[in-house]
Amino acid sequence: MSELISQFLQSPVFGIGISLLTFYAGGLLYKKTGSPLMNPLVLSMVMIIALLLSFHISFEDYNRGGQFISFFLGPATVILAVPLYKKISLLKENVFPILAGIIVGSAAGIVSIIVMCKMFGLDELVSISMIPKSVTTPIGIEISNQLGGLPSITVAAIVFTGIAGVLLGPAVCKLFRIDDKVAVGVAIGTSSHALGTTKAVELGETEGAMSGLAIGIAGLVTVFLAPLLAKLLM
Amino acid sequence: MRYIIQFAIILAICVIGDLLHDYLHLPIPGNVLGMVLLLILLLTGVIKLTMIEDVSNFMLKHLSFFFIPAAVGLITCFTILEGKWTALMFISVVSTFIIAVVTGMTVQILMKRRQSVE
Repeated sequence: MSELISQFLQSPVFGIGISLLTFYAGGLLYKKTGSPLMNPLVLSMVMIIALLLSFHISFEDYNRGGQFISFFLGPATVILAVPLYKKISLLKENVFPILAGIIVGSAAGIVSIIVMCKMFGLDELVSISMIPKSVTTPIGIEISNQLGGLPSITVAAIVFTGIAGVLLGPAVCKLFRIDDKVAVGVAIGTSSHALGTTKAVELGETEGAMSGLAIGIAGLVTVFLAPLLAKLLM
Repeated sequence: MRYIIQFAIILAICVIGDLLHDYLHLPIPGNVLGMVLLLILLLTGVIKLTMIEDVSNFMLKHLSFFFIPAAVGLITCFTILEGKWTALMFISVVSTFIIAVVTGMTVQILMKRRQSVE
């Protein structure tokens, strides 16, 4: 019996199966409660981590299947061009406000991260690794390496940021009376990359398109801003 | 069959994006380059929306599913971040908050100002 179980854990079916199952369960809970805190992705993550920890299953075992899902992150980012294409006229009309918003927002983010890291007395390695935490994972890793940070910390912070964006993004916008669909989309994409964008896509086509657009631009802006601000403020 | 062709087109663009990243040594990841490339191809009419629309809609609808393994990967950082979790979470959440507000407000104010000038 135990051999059967370990064989099952060695197969990609385990990782894929448990992801599908927990995501489905999370989706049901979300539908039933309607609460943004019951986000299917977050619920699925929590359930899987709890399961791996309590049964002492390694991440490698899970990721044998998980990597097949992660493979689709590439195509998933590429197709964000589709909602953007559909809303291209909105972008053309508002190029200046959108670009300005992303640049100002990204800069404010980096400054706030550096200041807070100092407040918490975090060492330089952790602080540097936190700087690119609001951009999409592949760009974040790249920047973290460039600055001399530790990519795994960056990835952890990126995931937290994304979850925060999914759970809080729409509420924050409402709280500060940011009600324009373009502004909401750009705000979510700039602050919480592709993960936040999954929420923006749910809000509507315009929000999704602008959020997807902001991922790329915020990433590029941060590539240039991060080393500059880090040198100035660290 | 239609879905297979659609997905093949999307995958091809992904591959080209990765190749561009590798050969041009750009600091921009391949999938973001792929996104820009797809946008250009759509705008120039080389690719028609109908050639990829069904698969795109399906993936966009279930977008967050593809992030599960990346999110679960958090588990591998548990030891490095021992004792720093509160700080990490606090900073991540608060800075996300700040960026969203500053970005959203800037975009909204600039858009309104321009509309009132016109």
